[in-house]
Amino acid sequence: MARFSILVFPGSNCDHDAYHAAKHVMGSEANFIWHKDTDLQSPDVVIVPGGFSYGDYLRCGAIARFSPVMRSVVDFANKGGLVIGICNGFQILLESGLLPGAMLHNEHLKFACKNVHLRTESTNSPFTNALTNGQVIQVPIAHGEGNYVADADGLKALEDNDQIMFRYCEADGSVTAASNPNGAVSNIAGICNKERNVMGMMPHPERAMEEMLGSTDGRLVFASMLTALGHPQDA
Amino acid sequence: MFTAHIKITLRPSILDPKGKAAGEALSHLGYSAITNVRIGKFIRLNVDAATREEAYTLAKEACEKLLANEVMEDFTIEIEAR
Repeated sequence: MARFSILVFPGSNCDHDAYHAAKHVMGSEANFIWHKDTDLQSPDVVIVPGGFSYGDYLRCGAIARFSPVMRSVVDFANKGGLVIGICNGFQILLESGLLPGAMLHNEHLKFACKNVHLRTESTNSPFTNALTNGQVIQVPIAHGEGNYVADADGLKALEDNDQIMFRYCEADGSVTAASNPNGAVSNIAGICNKERNVMGMMPHPERAMEEMLGSTDGRLVFASMLTALGHPQDA
Repeated sequence: MFTAHIKITLRPSILDPKGKAAGEALSHLGYSAITNVRIGKFIRLNVDAATREEAYTLAKEACEKLLANEVMEDFTIEIEAR
């Protein structure tokens, strides 16, 4: 059985959603790890969940990255362990240097809370192998600072290395300015590192796990991880 | 003891949504002479150091490590003797 460790910072608020998704929906083992702990409890996957760690003071994720637990997460990632950062978790991974780039305020300055469509840009990762190239999924977003920014060289590196996992798009999969909810460069919603074992995404797959919540597309991300870990199951 | 006055601004190439909104509001108020509004952060901190140079070095380190994100921000530091 796959083991998920879910980090908990002061201000995390999607930790229980991630726990529910991993344990109750996917049937995996799940544990919470308090930010002051350094023992990750031998996970297969670390989830850095959404929320407002440390009240988003200074910059989103800037203080959380110095939590004791993050040193263990960096070691775990450097050894090839799977790490997924969702929303504030993505921001923490950017600040910690596990993923390239940075996050600005949404271009329109409003908090964006709605369902969006995402186009699968790469299936070559432990987080997207259960999807097909170009597959459109529907997953909610809820953030004020999801305006992903990378300079021209950084963007080119992401594209050259096939590191862009998801782009915001229309229901038919076309990537347009109108479907970009926050101004992110090149409509980027999710990226992975060069080694492909760390992914960050602003949308919340853990909130799209059950019909009751309007979409089960988020299961594809979890199913991908389970497949990569050798525990395939139907999404 | 020294005081460091630190200004952190988004790099010129980075869009500043807050600055843009404030700039548009000023323009609506009739201030057509005001353009290119940029909004940043001001941080003041005390540094216990023997020399001005040492105080600057410590403040710079604090900026690089935590206070600024150099992917998107620039910073300037002024050191004042107390």
